[in-house]
Amino acid sequence: MARHVHSGRCSTKSAFLGVHLLIVVCLAAGAPLAAAAREKDEHFGLPEVKFINEQVAAGWSDAKLKPSEPASDQEWCRRVHLDIIGRVPTVRELNDYVADSSPVKRADLVGRLLGDDYVDEYARNWADVWTTVLVGRSLENDNVNRSGMRQWLRRSFSKNVPYDRFVSDLVTATGVNKSGEKGFNGATNFLSGKLEDNGIQATAKTAQVFLGLQVQCTQCHNHPFNKGKQNQFWEFNAFFRQVRALRKFEGTRDVQAIELVDEDWAGEGGNASQAELYYELRNGQMKVAYPVFIDGTTVDSTGYLPAKMDDGTEYGVNRRQALAQLIVDSPLMPKAAVNRIWSHFFGYGFTRPIDDLGEHNAPSHPELLDGLGERFRGQSFDTKELIRWITLSHAYSLSSRIGKGNATDDPAVGEKPKFSHFYLRQMRPEELYQSLLTATEADQAEEKGEKAARKKDEWLSQFIIAFGTDEGDEATTFNGSIPQVLMMFNGDLVKTATGTGKGGFLDRIAASDMTNAQRIDSLYAAALARKPTRKEIKLANQMMVARKGDAISALQDIWWAVLNSNEFIINH
Amino acid sequence: MSASSRFIDGMSRRHFMSHVAGAAALAAPATAFTNSILANAADLKKRHKSAILLWMGGGPSTMDIWDLKPGAATGGPFKPISTSADGIQICEHMPLVAQQMHHMSLVRSMSTREADHMRGRYYMHTGYVPNPNVEHPSYGAVIAHELADQVPDLEIPPFVSVGSGSVGPGFLGMSWSPFVVDSNGNVRNLDMGIDPTRLSQRLEMLSAIEEKFIGEKRGASSDDHAKVLSKTVKLMTSDQMESFKVMKEPKDVQDRYGNTGFGRGCLMARRLVEQGVPFVEVDLGGWDNHADIFKTLSDNKLPELDKAMAALVSDLAERGLLDDTAIIWMGEFSRTPNINGNGGRDHWARSWSVAVGGAGFKRGVVVGETSSDGKEVVTEPYSAQDLMASVLKSLDISLETTFTAKNGRPMKIANAGKVIKELFA
Repeated sequence: MARHVHSGRCSTKSAFLGVHLLIVVCLAAGAPLAAAAREKDEHFGLPEVKFINEQVAAGWSDAKLKPSEPASDQEWCRRVHLDIIGRVPTVRELNDYVADSSPVKRADLVGRLLGDDYVDEYARNWADVWTTVLVGRSLENDNVNRSGMRQWLRRSFSKNVPYDRFVSDLVTATGVNKSGEKGFNGATNFLSGKLEDNGIQATAKTAQVFLGLQVQCTQCHNHPFNKGKQNQFWEFNAFFRQVRALRKFEGTRDVQAIELVDEDWAGEGGNASQAELYYELRNGQMKVAYPVFIDGTTVDSTGYLPAKMDDGTEYGVNRRQALAQLIVDSPLMPKAAVNRIWSHFFGYGFTRPIDDLGEHNAPSHPELLDGLGERFRGQSFDTKELIRWITLSHAYSLSSRIGKGNATDDPAVGEKPKFSHFYLRQMRPEELYQSLLTATEADQAEEKGEKAARKKDEWLSQFIIAFGTDEGDEATTFNGSIPQVLMMFNGDLVKTATGTGKGGFLDRIAASDMTNAQRIDSLYAAALARKPTRKEIKLANQMMVARKGDAISALQDIWWAVLNSNEFIINH
Repeated sequence: MSASSRFIDGMSRRHFMSHVAGAAALAAPATAFTNSILANAADLKKRHKSAILLWMGGGPSTMDIWDLKPGAATGGPFKPISTSADGIQICEHMPLVAQQMHHMSLVRSMSTREADHMRGRYYMHTGYVPNPNVEHPSYGAVIAHELADQVPDLEIPPFVSVGSGSVGPGFLGMSWSPFVVDSNGNVRNLDMGIDPTRLSQRLEMLSAIEEKFIGEKRGASSDDHAKVLSKTVKLMTSDQMESFKVMKEPKDVQDRYGNTGFGRGCLMARRLVEQGVPFVEVDLGGWDNHADIFKTLSDNKLPELDKAMAALVSDLAERGLLDDTAIIWMGEFSRTPNINGNGGRDHWARSWSVAVGGAGFKRGVVVGETSSDGKEVVTEPYSAQDLMASVLKSLDISLETTFTAKNGRPMKIANAGKVIKELFA
């Protein structure tokens, strides 16, 4: 695994390096400029961070909120590791960050986490996030090859593929969904399981994930309370009629792989140059639909794929490619992306749910959402830049402790989020899994890549409830309820993490030349990124006494308690 | 292996709890737990009310089950048969339930508007349409919350969901969330495998960390975590976990319910109700029949449903539990009267049926009527909130109850639905 080496190397863009230098110069020039430098420091010379800070602060003053104090170095360091690379920091990473006295150390750390040193962990984390978004967590769908999906996602994130290309690749993918097969293209897994029944799920999910539009209800009728119309659903659906999923079977039943291909489509009327589909109104009347994008843009209704006639005249349209271009050009696309990524870091987006940007659902910060969307497009859809802006914002640096001045800012009770303090949220199961590996230093011995991911899937499956509907709806019991606590109390994962076997994490701590106090400190640092309180030290010492000097057993008890705590599992 | 014997071996529960009682965050359940040991065994047999929801995930076609339209173009191939209730006919593929219909009643005039799975699931479970700003409590959370006082000795969760996740507790808080188990009654990770003294020492340490974090006032989820922890400790040490062990029933009883997930779920529901659990939801999925619906129903879904449901109703009646136990059979919606090109039916919420029985419900009656093609309700239509209000009334839960949502807004129980009068004598 990539270890952080404190070299001071900054893998960010040149503009950013400039700021770094500027501040050094200011500091050298003496006191009069220090204030100016500090002011600059607040947005690290990034205009996008300044924009976020101004917009969020405007919301505070409108609502008469006083933001919380800044989070401690330790809290912030833990938070940014969890959110960018999906795990808690190691003790070494934590100590290095706390010891760093640079005024721009937050920017340095974000730069490192987004840089080459952490590229594998970054890609693993975001592949996990997007696998859930695109195909859910259930392992039971034969029409999806999770490994294939994940491999493609990991590759996309490790290369930091621009978001517009990412979307376009998913929407237009052709090829085989299983890795190792000829013509493999893992991106096909987004649609491979959604093409049954004329691609109804492909329609609903594409609109939801990439445009923030909830169209599933309009399949059968006009939407009762937003502007969605039934014809719009079927006109959007028409874009998916050239694609076919060819199943390759293993034996008689099990789908072994699926190949997505685009083919000429004759339409339900049998006239390929005017390829149409029919849908039924509630009153039984049949209507016709051709490909029309949600903003009313029409596409040639031919069902033929692009080709040339003998005389060289070009004809035909690839409907999915046309759709991908329309999505990428739509102002909704960057808004939907920004909203999703913002909510990843803050626990709440600007709308609830985050993938409903319909007119009936007013965002909490409309100008910020629009402005960030435009800036994301202006930055050529560089996802890492967007992450940098968000994580360096003032709001992201705040403590989760709520004060008198912002007690009303509580989205958990239904208020619109104002981001005046960091909102508590439980780790995602993938984050917990990875954090346990990191905290026990088991990640170095762990299998890498897809093998490790499959092991994690298997562990995760105990929490997944699939509802068995065509939509693939699912829920999780990894939601703070009893099954999760039982897993943390008694499950194999925690049993392993708290194991006392030779050469294991606890054994190494017990065998080291640290004092007992140092041993306890290091357990607290690894899991909670803080020092134990006096009361906790007292209890820990009692544990040492109770185990009659059997240090490793006492450490095991302490470690178990620490890992089972709210403070460990809640990102704060 | 017994759920608790391994844990309790060599040490009395009171000894164990005397350790745990030292840890303040876990003290409340510890006290309740100790009290339960001291409780008079006779008190345990006290009458209590419960409800069992048979949840038909995916949206079953009620025109093919409870409200047949033989001869109509929309009617499908199934024939109606007479039942033990005067004048009630149901599907020919439900012969066993037909013999129990004198214990049940039908509402054939449900009319709702949510025909998306997740929205319908939420609406039918809570009586509210999904709202991004408030999470409403589901049947299980509401009923457990209202009835938990009747069973102070209950050590296992008051809201159990077998085979599916149900819908959560919303603003009532995590401690009323469903305890999800599979239909074999296996509860994962129940065995701690360490000595109780050591566990209680660990819990004391854990409790100190929990309290520190809660004291820092960072938000409600830190308290919720501690509450669920203490419920978990209580459950881990309880003999009542035996009620999940459905395999301990005599084989002939198991056979009567059917060797299916749903059959075992229904049998477990009976055991849990006997133990005092106020709310059990049993899931039977597979009703999202967009294609080839009639073969799926006659060969597969209906026989599984028929066997288990009939066994449950007759068992509850024979054991004298039915008068205190409400049964609700429903899905998130029904399916289109029109049969589609794939021989299936699509989503339909405008006119459909549910079945209820037991507790304070009038039995053997049919409420409401649909048109001859099944496309319209021709009598007074009823909603999810009306049904919920009626179920609560059957359990003597006051419909005047008002909750306060987390944002301080008052929320009437069952969304102020009106009771379906014909279901009560």
